[in-house]
Amino acid sequence: MIALYTLMEGIIAFFLIAGSIFALIGSLGLARMKDFYMRLHGPSKISTLGVGCVLLASIAYFSLLDGGPSLRELLITIFLFITAPVSAHLLSKSALHQKLERDPRTRGNPEELQEDDDERTLEETPQGSSKLP
Amino acid sequence: MIRPRKWLPMPLLSVLLLIVWLLLMNGVALGHWLLGGFLAIVIPLITKPFWEAQPRIKKPWLMVRYFFRVLLDIVVANLEASKVILDPLGRARPAFVEYPLELQENFAITMLASTITLTPGTVSAHLRMDGTTLLIHVLDVDDIGDMKRHIHERYERPLKEIFEC
Repeated sequence: MIALYTLMEGIIAFFLIAGSIFALIGSLGLARMKDFYMRLHGPSKISTLGVGCVLLASIAYFSLLDGGPSLRELLITIFLFITAPVSAHLLSKSALHQKLERDPRTRGNPEELQEDDDERTLEETPQGSSKLP
Repeated sequence: MIRPRKWLPMPLLSVLLLIVWLLLMNGVALGHWLLGGFLAIVIPLITKPFWEAQPRIKKPWLMVRYFFRVLLDIVVANLEASKVILDPLGRARPAFVEYPLELQENFAITMLASTITLTPGTVSAHLRMDGTTLLIHVLDVDDIGDMKRHIHERYERPLKEIFEC
């Protein structure tokens, strides 16, 4: 019995530490990456696994404590997997809409980010009578 | 597969609601089953007018395989993204990739876009209004064509099989 508890303690500790390390790396990504689109990768992916690991540890801990399987945490994981990509998608969509600057190393030139030169503001347009005949 | 009936418009949603309720209550006592079953029948009936027509899942067992494949890929994705973030020189080869979609069902496209966001180095950034091009931002990519083929083989083809569209 003691051996089982020690083993479970090791597993729980492993998942907790792994989860915190992933969460740390994900947040570090926010600081280290150069532009908005690259920063998006950290929180959308790594935090998912970070939280997933912590929840696994929580399942193991409460299953051991209550003597029965505790699967409520599975729900959190499922909801997280559903919502994280959607929020990342919406964030990047609005970033594209704002035409946020991207890292100069980025390849590919989507039409969403191309400046259209046709629209000029009132200040940029020549005023007065038209020079055309 | 349960066939939809008048009092049970969306059987899959009902089953899902019941499972979620039981997980939420953390127990399988008779009371939880009764209340969960009641909600599972009433909620789809009330919300039915809001729902778009859902595609039928033709091959549920492929869905299970797909789920575990994505789960494995999420772990790989995290290790790869961590490598890029922790790179001391800050080397990365980001790119915008326009991915031509073969899927047509809205729900299947949503699944694909979510999968792309959760898996190696890619975030689906924008779905063009015509619904045929997905704009993907990649964190670190060597060969763009290779990556497109990878997404097609690994995710889009199975999804197509699942929904058969």
